[in-house]
Amino acid sequence: MIRRDAILFAGLGVLILALAVWLKVPTTIQLLVTASAYALIALGLNVQWGYAGLFNVGVMGFLMVGGASVVFVSYPLNDAFWSSDGPFMLLKAIIAAIAGGLLIWGVTRIPKTGSLKKVRGFLLVVAWAVAYVVYRSQIDPAAVLIEEKAGFVGGLGLHPLFGWAAGGVMAGIIAYVIGKICLGLRSDYLAIATIGISEIIRALIKNMDWLTRGTLTVSPIPWPTPLPADIAAAGMDDATMSVILARSGFLAVTVILIAVIFFFLQRAYNGPWGRMMRAIRDNHVAAGAIGKNVTKRELEIFVLGAILMGIGGAILATYVQILDPSGYQPINHTFIVWVMIIVGGAGNNWGALFGAVFIYIVWTISEPASLVLFSMISDLSEGAGIGAIPDIESRALQMRVFVLGLVITFALRYAPQGMIPERVRTDD
Amino acid sequence: MSLLEVKDVEGGYGGAPILNGVNMAIDREDIGVIVGPNGAGKSTTLKAIFGLLEVTAGSIVMDGHEVANQLPDKLVPLGLSFVPQEFNVFTEMTVHENLEMGAYIRNDDISDTLDYVYEMFPPLKDKRKQNAGELSGGQRQMVAMGRALMSQPKLLLLDEPSAGLSPRYMMEIFETVVNVNKSGVGILMVEQNARQALEFATKGFVLAGGNNRYTGTGRELLDDPEVAQSFLGG
Amino acid sequence: MNELIFFVNKVLISGATLGSVYALGAVGVTLIFGILRFAHFAHGDMMTLGAFVAFMLVAVFQSLGIQTPLPTGFIVLPFAMAITAGLALGIDRGFYQPLRAKGVKTVTLLIASVGVTLMMQGVIRLFAGTGTRSFFENETKDLYRFKLPIEGVRRSINFSEPQILVIVTTVIAVIALHFFLTRSRLGKGMRAMADNPSLAQVSGINTAAVVRATWIIAGSLAAMAGTLLALDVILKPDLAFNILLPIFAAAVVGGLGHSYGAIAGGFLIGFAETMSVFNWAVLLRPFKAGLPDWLPNDLSIVPSEYKLTVAFVILVLVLLVRPQGIFKGAST
Ligand SMILES: Nc1ncnc2c1ncn2[C@@H]1O[C@H](COP(=O)(O)OP(=O)(O)OP(=O)(O)O)[C@@H](O)[C@H]1O
Ligand SMILES: [Mg+2]
Repeated sequence: MIRRDAILFAGLGVLILALAVWLKVPTTIQLLVTASAYALIALGLNVQWGYAGLFNVGVMGFLMVGGASVVFVSYPLNDAFWSSDGPFMLLKAIIAAIAGGLLIWGVTRIPKTGSLKKVRGFLLVVAWAVAYVVYRSQIDPAAVLIEEKAGFVGGLGLHPLFGWAAGGVMAGIIAYVIGKICLGLRSDYLAIATIGISEIIRALIKNMDWLTRGTLTVSPIPWPTPLPADIAAAGMDDATMSVILARSGFLAVTVILIAVIFFFLQRAYNGPWGRMMRAIRDNHVAAGAIGKNVTKRELEIFVLGAILMGIGGAILATYVQILDPSGYQPINHTFIVWVMIIVGGAGNNWGALFGAVFIYIVWTISEPASLVLFSMISDLSEGAGIGAIPDIESRALQMRVFVLGLVITFALRYAPQGMIPERVRTDD
Repeated sequence: MSLLEVKDVEGGYGGAPILNGVNMAIDREDIGVIVGPNGAGKSTTLKAIFGLLEVTAGSIVMDGHEVANQLPDKLVPLGLSFVPQEFNVFTEMTVHENLEMGAYIRNDDISDTLDYVYEMFPPLKDKRKQNAGELSGGQRQMVAMGRALMSQPKLLLLDEPSAGLSPRYMMEIFETVVNVNKSGVGILMVEQNARQALEFATKGFVLAGGNNRYTGTGRELLDDPEVAQSFLGG
Repeated sequence: MNELIFFVNKVLISGATLGSVYALGAVGVTLIFGILRFAHFAHGDMMTLGAFVAFMLVAVFQSLGIQTPLPTGFIVLPFAMAITAGLALGIDRGFYQPLRAKGVKTVTLLIASVGVTLMMQGVIRLFAGTGTRSFFENETKDLYRFKLPIEGVRRSINFSEPQILVIVTTVIAVIALHFFLTRSRLGKGMRAMADNPSLAQVSGINTAAVVRATWIIAGSLAAMAGTLLALDVILKPDLAFNILLPIFAAAVVGGLGHSYGAIAGGFLIGFAETMSVFNWAVLLRPFKAGLPDWLPNDLSIVPSEYKLTVAFVILVLVLLVRPQGIFKGAST
């Protein structure tokens, strides 16, 4: 690492210490936990964009999948569901889905040449329609019954770390399907498809009440580490101290996770695999010409990035202990991650790490800061006889959105490499 | 002073220079032919004249105006027209519209020039409503040349007009080139079919490694044993 | 018969309205793509911006006491379009053109358009707040009912005034665009540049002027689409960001870069959406007696909260089967 980077990270450390004094320690640790989740997400996006040049504007969707997965895997068992007809009916729906899938698969086996090739497309449409109708005929009554009898399916009651893993896996599966369709086409198509899938995931999680309780929200999601209440129960008298300890425990888990993932990402990046990815990113044609299967490699990397995003999303939901679909917004969950890696330095994991923590801190403190700023302007305008600014709070928040956009466009123009730019070792 | 004078031009695509001192002079009655091995910088020379890449040294004077590093929308009004080697028609526009695009910079009545082009390339007349993408390679080449003639150029730059055409078509294109020249348009063209092209060239340039190796009339180059040996395949 | 009229109201009229708005948006997206080669993510917010410009103009008109026979929001449309076109030009100057001048990859322009969309969202909400507004606070929204002269028909075919305006205006805009692209020199130059940018340059076409024309057209169509949508539904800051997906889907269905395809794609997506959320059981009601009773009461293809998935599924299908778009033919 070069000296400039060390100075930047040292500056970040000082900033965090200053926050600890200003916002007090528990809040600072809380901020760091969330920032670490974003760091993981930013690493995921850096893998996709920085390593391979894949344009993903659906980060939010992958985060929501992670959140929903941790609810399903780690929320306590819902006895009302398991003692009802629900599991049986869901099983029927799953079987229907599998049967439908098999039907579709069977039709795709029809050779593209030969006597049936004319009706192939038509049969495929029919197969999809039949599969969809059969599935809906099973899932709809199941959903109604579950919502009526049990509210929602509840969880499996497993340790949250399994939930995080499940979040990664689910996000990876979705990325695989999207990637299969869009990679190999122009990057614009991937952008459109990812923004679409993230909106659809949001619609699903918001409306599949039987699975996620939708807007009713699910809480509390258990922590992988002891909660403040657990520590207090274990004999800690000082309430602040138990909060600090509990949050530190959570932070320790995320930091270790990041350290491990970071280590492997760095190794991969500097190894032959990373070299190949850069070759693909910088010159599609040349890499294709030397016989590497570009689309397949890109698919791998898209899935890998999405897995990291899924885990990050699971951590975010776990820490706040609630899955609230209405709380997910593209600005807070997609575009801010883009700002993180553009400002930090796309293609450099250190840059992504730095950008994630730095931008998250700036984003968080900009809320009170912009309020102060707007109050000042408001006082001024009142003093000048124009009158105070109405709805000052919501407007101050909107200013942040504007600044985010401004930062993106300015960074692209004046510092496209970011604060910690990509450095490709040329000696190997 | 000639219509077009290229003096000691150097330039490239941003990396190492491709042209290292190219010299040419063409008049309105000339047919200049550039020959040379693949990658010699023949297309690059035409692009440099036409402002499509950066000229780092030397001068290009067209009709008394210094035009090095001028963009095409300034050069076309000066009477310069260019037919690129590849992708030289608007595939999703009709033949007629292709020709109209050639006359984009003109504000006067273009119907006479249209008649002249259709006369020059009779097969195009029947295909005028058809998309250029649906034509054969030879017909496309006609559309491309027709388009370039629509701006009523004084000098026409052609990059391998006969590439990929059968020998018969090649002779037809060459005949057209000579006819166009007779109607008062100077020609500077790159050709792989060097022998046939040099036959009717008033000026020939052998380019290799980004500069002129030999310059002379077409006949002189054909008769020069060294040129014949090294560049015309014996 | 009553059921059929319900179908006409719910599917055909709504679909045509929605399709018109999508078509106007998709044409802008596709033109920008054709000329500048990137998917313009800020297009949804450009529509919203246009609608807010129109809204402010309405306030000005009303404060001047100008009375109009048609909704004022419609009367101010030309002015709103002109202002939005100017803003679009300014945005290009300020944010895209410097990047193009640096010769960046087109995906960088795509990211820049994400930045621009955030800035526009911020600015709109900064000044207009986050609430919803109606163009019809001081005016009435007329409803036209057409009774069919058939015995026993109670329902009427209903058009709201904005719906008629949307459809009629779109038809006019599409015809005007068609003549522009096929008859005018600049329009043909645009098609040429979309077809083969380097040859367009070689032909002496002033590419900078073509780029400006593109932004002017895309900006004014965006203002038109946004205002008409706000007239039909309601004006809110996330008005058009939410329909970005159907608009892109429409542009992709038509083949990115192909204007006529985008128009067709817009209507296709519009009708597909209304047909998918339509409860087809309604049409079966007259035959109720003869139907088996296991048939559910709700026969809509997707529940209306998943309307968005319709555009997405169509998009994905097109990408799978024919990424170059399902319509063959003229470009731009
Ligand atoms: N767009 C470009 N960017 C960078 N280098 C280029 C570009 N086009 C050509 N070159 C390089 O410039 C050199 C000369 O190319 P040019 O196209 O002028 O050759 P040419 O003489 O026309 O050959 P040919 O007979 O094959 O057409 C080559 O080494 C080529 O690699
Ligand atoms: Mg060449």
